[in-house]
Amino acid sequence: MNSLVAHLWLIPALPILAAGLIALLPQRARIAAAGLAIGSLAISFVYAIAAFAHTLSLPAAQRLEFVNVPWLTFGDQVLRIGWMLDPLTGVMLVMVTLVGLLIFIYSTGYMAEDENFTRFFCFLALFAGAMLAVLIANSLLLLFMAWEVVGLTSYLLIGFWYHNPAAAAAAKKAFLVTRIGDLGLLIGMVWLYAQAGTLLFYDSGAGALELSSRVHLASMQAGILGLSAASAISILIFCGAAGKSGQVPLHVWLPDAMEGPTPVSALIHAATMVAAGVFLMGRVFPLLDLPNAPLDHAIPLGHYVTTMMRVQLINGPIQTAPFIALEVLTWVGAITALFAATIAVAQFDIKRILAYSTVSQLGYMMMGLGVGGPAVGIFHLITHAFFKALLFLGAGSVIHGCAGEQDIRRMGGLRKFMPVTFAAYSAGMLALCGFPLFAGFWSKDAILDAAHMWEPSHIPFWLGTLGALLTAFYMTRQMAYVFFGTLRPAAPGHPSHHPAETEKPIAFEDVAEQEPHTHHPHESPAVMTVPLVILAAFAVLLGFLGTPAWPWFQSFLNGTAPEANGLHALLEPAVLTVMLTSTAVVILGLFFGWWLYVRTQITSADAPDILDRKSPAAFTFLGHAWYVNELYAATLVRLNSAFATLSDFLDRYVFGGIVQLVSWSALGVAYLDRLFDTAVINGGFDAGTHTARFGGWLTTRFQTGRPQTYLRFIALVLVGLVLYLLWGAHA
Amino acid sequence: MNPLEGYVLLSSLLFAIGLAGALTRRNAILVLIGIELMLNAANLNFIAFWRYGPRPAALTGVMFSIFSIAVAAAEAAVGLALILAAYRHVRTTNLDRMNHLKG
Amino acid sequence: MSLDATFLILAAISVAGSAAAMGLRNAVHCVLALTAGFAGIAGLYLYLGAQFVGFTQIMVYVGAVAILAVFAIMMTHHPGQAEEPFSRYWLWGAVIAAAVFLTLARAVRLAFEPAGSVLAVPPQAPDLTVQQIGEALMHRYVLPLEIIGLLLTAALIGAVIIAMDAKEDPAMEDAVE
Repeated sequence: MNSLVAHLWLIPALPILAAGLIALLPQRARIAAAGLAIGSLAISFVYAIAAFAHTLSLPAAQRLEFVNVPWLTFGDQVLRIGWMLDPLTGVMLVMVTLVGLLIFIYSTGYMAEDENFTRFFCFLALFAGAMLAVLIANSLLLLFMAWEVVGLTSYLLIGFWYHNPAAAAAAKKAFLVTRIGDLGLLIGMVWLYAQAGTLLFYDSGAGALELSSRVHLASMQAGILGLSAASAISILIFCGAAGKSGQVPLHVWLPDAMEGPTPVSALIHAATMVAAGVFLMGRVFPLLDLPNAPLDHAIPLGHYVTTMMRVQLINGPIQTAPFIALEVLTWVGAITALFAATIAVAQFDIKRILAYSTVSQLGYMMMGLGVGGPAVGIFHLITHAFFKALLFLGAGSVIHGCAGEQDIRRMGGLRKFMPVTFAAYSAGMLALCGFPLFAGFWSKDAILDAAHMWEPSHIPFWLGTLGALLTAFYMTRQMAYVFFGTLRPAAPGHPSHHPAETEKPIAFEDVAEQEPHTHHPHESPAVMTVPLVILAAFAVLLGFLGTPAWPWFQSFLNGTAPEANGLHALLEPAVLTVMLTSTAVVILGLFFGWWLYVRTQITSADAPDILDRKSPAAFTFLGHAWYVNELYAATLVRLNSAFATLSDFLDRYVFGGIVQLVSWSALGVAYLDRLFDTAVINGGFDAGTHTARFGGWLTTRFQTGRPQTYLRFIALVLVGLVLYLLWGAHA
Repeated sequence: MNPLEGYVLLSSLLFAIGLAGALTRRNAILVLIGIELMLNAANLNFIAFWRYGPRPAALTGVMFSIFSIAVAAAEAAVGLALILAAYRHVRTTNLDRMNHLKG
Repeated sequence: MSLDATFLILAAISVAGSAAAMGLRNAVHCVLALTAGFAGIAGLYLYLGAQFVGFTQIMVYVGAVAILAVFAIMMTHHPGQAEEPFSRYWLWGAVIAAAVFLTLARAVRLAFEPAGSVLAVPPQAPDLTVQQIGEALMHRYVLPLEIIGLLLTAALIGAVIIAMDAKEDPAMEDAVE
């Protein structure tokens, strides 16, 4: 076994160890804390690069390596867990460690004034370690455990400023909503274990994702809705992924999660944790990629199969069997993509716009997985990680520069004051919109391309296209509010959005500037802008790894040989159609945004939005996110409260009553026992002694002391004796 | 009726009379006298059986009676002396008063 | 043989004397009646042919025991005492005595039931002389004789000691009650 793979577990272990050490440090040991976190992640990054290079060096068919170790023993059954290294793991490791490292460095500047600096890095390091563990897990059980730790750190980091009730509520909401999804994941996991007998993904033929297991699962009936076991398990696992990745209807926690510090939003809720759901579906894709029909074991299935809708049954004709799990993924993703994009149009918080944008893009990723397989979905995940992190860090830089202001109506004209941030942000925005040649363009086009060719329906394609239009529109709107127009600061004394963030008025370099920044936003320090620039570079260049001209990324993930198709591949009719359509849509969106928001400059902070003036009802509806939260509050939350009240009643009166009854009966028994003891036992003894005394007294009556009494008795006895002898002698 | 039977019955009657007196009289001396009567009745019994018994030549009954008389005399002396001694303590011969051994 | 008149008369004297001895109120009268009873019994002895015993009876019982009893009564007579002759539960005593008599009578009856039993009546009285008694005493019954002597000695000495006037002794005064 290659020693690189054998020690792969160090990649998550080092940050977790760093987190443990940081937890022991006192609050003032800031440099030590940051150093431990960044250092451990840096080592993990180097190791990840080495692992990635190692995977690259192997021939395509041998790129899967894993190590399984026994963990728990139940009698004669052994539960094993393990880690693995394959192309998917390799690219994810590099992405997570690189983006994480950049954000860690950014955080040293962003959180410099926060007094809980050490605690922040402890949680960050723990998160990084858990996330990396999710990536390398070869066992669904190990993945689930790391998944839960990731959820825990998300909770801890969203509620980092726990004194703020909004933050505490948001953290609780995130945890609960993802928990709902995790329930489905747990059920799916248990079911998988019951059917496949193992939770290991790859185990030299015996793993759950390997051929024999897949055929077995596809052939078993789930018993409901005509699903096969594979489809049902896949859908259940998708529940967990939907929770973590904010798919509709479990998306409600993501916008609220923006209460956490901006680096947290960037790392966890843009680049990595929310992508864990997409990654999970990519990881278990062999289970998804099974038609809902019994398979003949003689028909070999490839490692990844994309959009194969025709299946040959043994001794039968070619039939069409639906890939139900993939269809579920596609529809949910497409709906989410459009839904979140509509909401983002009507938001005023800079981070909330980005949050809904993230939800929308996650929808795209899921759709991509459904229509095109991991190659397409993960490609968009990787590119999205970079430019979304860039956008969030840029937003953080803007917030930092505006002394904690987060409402875009109170910003404006910042391109003059924060040029570096503006340039980087623009790169990220164009990448997100899918502007030609940027990274987002290639990855989103791959998705739309696959959707265009999807057999069951073309609706997801149109949903995705409409979403792309809206994406371009709302991003232009946001940039117009923030960077264009005139500066519309809050009045002195007006409370800005984030009380905790206003605690940090001054940045490193501008020591001289001590006055409030209500009219002097400034560029952020280098420790914050340099990561922005690095990420911007990736946002521009990363896409070129997956163009149709040279689909290196897709073939790398698929395990096939990369074909350099050349530029003529771009001119194929199917590809060209989609490319032109998406470009047109993007330009249309940019134009609308420019027309409405840049042409007439936004000068006043209190003036209503143009769309609001045009149709207030629609704007309010979108602004409240289709009132989904209110719907949940009225139904599910009320139901939960009712259950809670019922449980309280049961606990207090029914179970409490039973306990009370038991205690009373015990008291009653004790009382009866005492009664028995006093009356029966004591009374019996007393009666016995009284009888003895009475008997004694009776006997003393004979002892009169007078001789004649004794004489009489003697005579009496004599008579008796004689009579007895007479009787005896006579009879 | 057999003479012997008559004597035995007489002896029983005398014995019963003596016993009745011993059991009922208050005066201690009279109780002693009752006891003497009982002894006499026994003696009479012996003599009667000697006279009408199988072997009068053995003189068993006579001897017994003689010794019985002697013992009775001694016993009467001692008993009366005891009564005198007791009388000095309790100043009465009433047996009902002499219940100091009452349990 | 049936009971003859002599026997009946002597028996009557004995019984009457005894009954009177046990029933009379005055103690001295009782002792005198007792004497009569003793005399009757002595007569029975004589009638049965045991002359020596009869005369011994008169000498010892009538002449000594009865007189002794009289002396004792005289010495223990308290002028103030006018008390009941019979004890409180006299009926018990009477009943028990009657029971004894009846029991004994029954036993006797049962013993003499089969007529012509082993207790056949010899025709005439044996010839008993004092010399025979003396010889029996010296030969066959010499041991009991000696012991009787000792007994009488002890009894006499004991009686004297017991009946003596007790010396004034403070320790003995406490033992009264």
